[in-house]
Amino acid sequence: MNSIGEACNDLKKEYDSCFNTWFSEHFLRGNTNDSMCAPLFKVYQDCVKKAMKDHQIDLKECEKDLLGTDQERKVPNAKS
Amino acid sequence: MPRYFESTTVFNFSWEQVAQAFWRRYPNPNSKHVLTEDTISREVRGDQLVSKRLLRKTNALPKWAERFINTKHVYIMEESSVDPKNKVLVTYTRNLGFAKVMSVTEKVVYRESENQPGHTVAVRSAWIDSQVRGFSKAICAFGYERFKKNCHKMAGGFNHVLMSMYPVHQHLTNHATAAASAKNKLKDAAKNASELAKAKAAPIYASLHPNQS
Repeated sequence: MNSIGEACNDLKKEYDSCFNTWFSEHFLRGNTNDSMCAPLFKVYQDCVKKAMKDHQIDLKECEKDLLGTDQERKVPNAKS
Repeated sequence: MPRYFESTTVFNFSWEQVAQAFWRRYPNPNSKHVLTEDTISREVRGDQLVSKRLLRKTNALPKWAERFINTKHVYIMEESSVDPKNKVLVTYTRNLGFAKVMSVTEKVVYRESENQPGHTVAVRSAWIDSQVRGFSKAICAFGYERFKKNCHKMAGGFNHVLMSMYPVHQHLTNHATAAASAKNKLKDAAKNASELAKAKAAPIYASLHPNQS
């Protein structure tokens, strides 16, 4: 998949492939140390955050955590 | 009041396979509307991997909706958490912007199937909401129908990715896809039948094993 920033495509590809390896071979096997792809993630993030600004995306809205908080939507009339 | 929708999909792949394929879900033949995909935050919290991805999609709308939304693109925020110990992947997805006109929030919980080893059950919940005075009912109804229709496509697209990543399954999956929809319908009937069968089998089992009382 392409990145939102054309300039970030190569950085994204490199990071994604590192991440997929880390996820399969480390994380799913119980190793939570995520330093393996950290340098690639950092340069990719610098690029993508800039691209998001260029696209006038609300960064604050993106930073909001909803999953796992009480702001999550609730299933109506939960069976009790 | 938001419209609520729920559906369950069974994937003929292990939870680990589904979790790995989740990150490579796009592109797939049913995802032509997804234009870009970026991870914008990711960290390990405790034992869990918590990520956010930003997706950019085309937004095909009916003519009447163009008076409310005049953009061809929409951004989607996808939060996720992966818990490898308990084998649970949760995704929480919502549209950014135009949330007052129509907001679609989707939560999917992927767990290892309890009664079918090597299978993964995805329970999808969706909330469709609109705050446009006088139109919210119509907009919700439209969003609800569209979501319902797309549900099948989403599962199909995901299955396509799973099959190309784990082709050993290929010969099984055609059968499995057809069986999956039938399975849902038959699930309750099967449950009842298996209870009945168990009840009937108990005396037979007992009679074959005379040592057990």
